[in-house]
Amino acid sequence: MQILPILYSLGRNKIGAALIGLQIALTLAIVCNCLSIIQDYSGQMHRPSGIDEANIFTVRNSWAGQPEDMKARITADLGTLRSLPGVVDVEATNAFPLSGFGWGTGISMKPNQNFPTAMTSEYFVDEHGLAAYGMQLIAGRWFTAAEVADLHPGDGVSAASIVVTQRLARALFPAGDALGRMIYLGIGEPTRIIGIVERAQAPWAGISRSEAAVENSIFLPLRFVQNGLYYVVRTRPGALAAAMRPVRDRLNALTRRRIISSVVPFEQARQHTYQAEHSLSVMLGILCGLLLMVTGCGIVGLALFWVAQRRRQIGMRRALGARRLDILQYFHIENLLIAGTGAVVGIAVGLAGNTWLAATLALTRMSAGYICAGAIIVLALSQAAVLWPALRAAAIPPAAAIRDL
Amino acid sequence: MVGYYSELAVRSLRRNVVLTTLMVVAVGVGIGVCMTALTTLRAMSGNPIPDKSAQLFVPHINAWDPARGKPGTSDSQFSYRDAMALMKAHRGVRQAAMYQVILNVKTLSGRLEQAHGRATFADFFPMFGVPFRSGAPWGAKQDDDRDNVVVLSSKLADRLFPHIEPVGRIVTLTGRDYRVVGVIRPWILTPRFYDLSDADQFAFGETEDFFLPFPTAITRQIIPRNYTSCMEEDRQWVEWEGRLTSGCYWVQFWVQLPTAAQVRDFNTFLQGYAIEQQRLGFYHYPPRVRMLDVMDWLAFNHVSDGSVRVNMMIATGLLVVCLVNAVGLMLAKFASKAAELGVRRALGASRVDLLVQCFFETVIVGLLSAALGLALTSAGLWGVRSLRGVAQDSAFGHLYRLDAQMALIVLALAVAATVLTGVYPALRAVRMQPAWQLKIQ
Repeated sequence: MQILPILYSLGRNKIGAALIGLQIALTLAIVCNCLSIIQDYSGQMHRPSGIDEANIFTVRNSWAGQPEDMKARITADLGTLRSLPGVVDVEATNAFPLSGFGWGTGISMKPNQNFPTAMTSEYFVDEHGLAAYGMQLIAGRWFTAAEVADLHPGDGVSAASIVVTQRLARALFPAGDALGRMIYLGIGEPTRIIGIVERAQAPWAGISRSEAAVENSIFLPLRFVQNGLYYVVRTRPGALAAAMRPVRDRLNALTRRRIISSVVPFEQARQHTYQAEHSLSVMLGILCGLLLMVTGCGIVGLALFWVAQRRRQIGMRRALGARRLDILQYFHIENLLIAGTGAVVGIAVGLAGNTWLAATLALTRMSAGYICAGAIIVLALSQAAVLWPALRAAAIPPAAAIRDL
Repeated sequence: MVGYYSELAVRSLRRNVVLTTLMVVAVGVGIGVCMTALTTLRAMSGNPIPDKSAQLFVPHINAWDPARGKPGTSDSQFSYRDAMALMKAHRGVRQAAMYQVILNVKTLSGRLEQAHGRATFADFFPMFGVPFRSGAPWGAKQDDDRDNVVVLSSKLADRLFPHIEPVGRIVTLTGRDYRVVGVIRPWILTPRFYDLSDADQFAFGETEDFFLPFPTAITRQIIPRNYTSCMEEDRQWVEWEGRLTSGCYWVQFWVQLPTAAQVRDFNTFLQGYAIEQQRLGFYHYPPRVRMLDVMDWLAFNHVSDGSVRVNMMIATGLLVVCLVNAVGLMLAKFASKAAELGVRRALGASRVDLLVQCFFETVIVGLLSAALGLALTSAGLWGVRSLRGVAQDSAFGHLYRLDAQMALIVLALAVAATVLTGVYPALRAVRMQPAWQLKIQ
């Protein structure tokens, strides 16, 4: 159509066109990489923990000194928490998914294996565990009260039966027949798998990307009778805030010689865990926004200048019969040629940058979708930016051809 | 002449407000974003103890199963037995074994609270140059005597003893009394390099609330808060006795070695010690010995993590785009001045005169951009502070603040960048033929 005359006129504006092209290329390279990082982080931040997150809050409690009657105190606390309005169930435990710190052990298939087959995190629970965490049991059964023993400080960790996550079951028994099988904990404590839950992330899930480190967890029927524990409280939907409010007072009413370091909804553990990822995502989002704004402004500025420079020529074209639409089209096609060339360069630069990024942040490589999305965003921005200058150009009257002479 | 050129420049800039604004925005945004990222990078990866960072070392004996890899990235802790052997050998100028503790403290209002502390040896304070507000650290003799003494942070001291001198008074921590021997001034290390074991939460936070002698803490059986890593063979650690006799790693150790010869000697000693211990059957696997100074230690622990560097890279990319943008706009700006420059040339001005005039214009754009850049940098730092949960008045909030030095850097950078972007457009503009410019008028 008009491509040849546009190319010819671009040849006379080489520097300006090259600068816009370069800007588009760099912008595209940066934006698609940022999008890919943000998406990657967002995926990591939103991995399901496997528990009923929306309706759980946790209480971190420790008693002053080393009380002798710890078990009775825990039972009393649990009773008090269960009596709160809207509470479904409560569990006293050493850790919960995303709590940060926790216990872990190796799992072997034979009693005297040199290297454990898999590493896993350990949660100590009683018969209330399944309901208190709100997990999905997909095979077998949960513990009965008769199976639960006490775990005092210094006790070895062993149990006749355990519940494992689906991920761990598959890692140990790829054939899918994990239920009912014997495995060995730590230095060779035999135990039988009696149930499989769909998912339960490790306490340290936030620091790792490897599925094995995040999703391998086991539940042992051991009552955690130790100073410094968590109460995991699950409420009915909508009852969380109301149930949380009286917790401190009610627990302090039992004894004041204790420290309740936190009473927080589970959501806060997630926020705390992923604070770094969240803040980087927000910063990158802002950077992208600013970058697109600056690039857009640059295109507007140069296009306005070109319109002013070609005022006479535009008037001439109008006088020779070109419609306003033709003038508008001219600037848009010209912009598309420059931006398109820039985008092609940008894709190459973006891919090269992504190789470096993936190595530095241990990210997954950017998918083609992001490059395309980035290219479309940048091209659309560039077309939108040229609209105003092009409209001004189209408004130039044919008489301009002679008036300015 | 300066006045005349400045006036010309201002007039020219006002003639095309849109272009001027766009230029100022482009350079200002680029500078603001870049400085924000640079400050964050500096805050997070600086040398926490510049005058001693090459003298302070974390030695480590790794006697884990090599096939199982190292126990954890930041794991460079010792077993109690090895740490005590190193203390007794006294091969460094100063050395201190240490671990984190949490004890309960009763506030004035009668509430119990948890306070973070550190059990360590007397050498800790001179070795790390801990600044004292009043009193002094305890001495080696008090370590040996297992005295019940404590050094408080000024924050905790001010809470427990408002308006009175805490030194010489008694503070009760988890039911035991300790005599306050010293109060340290607010002591900020970014990062808190001597213990990075929970880097996310505390490495960029404040230093401990209190310090007490290591042997006292051992006698009192105060359990460590930093993690303990054991091989399966060492599972008896859960009891206090086992903790002291097993091969579990939980004691941190720093040593000061001012000269290269001392570093070499210490390394030789450590090698010898490790081989001897293996011969005696204390290690299950052949030990590997390693020594890291402060900066290597930080790098080993990936303290300035990738995300900060990525942020810096992307901010730099944005600055480049902004500058390319500014070059384009300058080109437009000066080209539109062609006619005016043509008149001046025709009236006898030299090309150098015209260049100087263009230079004035770019400097003014640069100054305006610097103002915008400064505003954006402070806004950006405020944003980073709130995103990272750093309070402005907290001990290290100052790292995320715009100080005079930073402001000068912003100013210089903005003006330099603008002038640089103006060079080519100005050269192009003054090369025109005056006659041709006058003809189209």
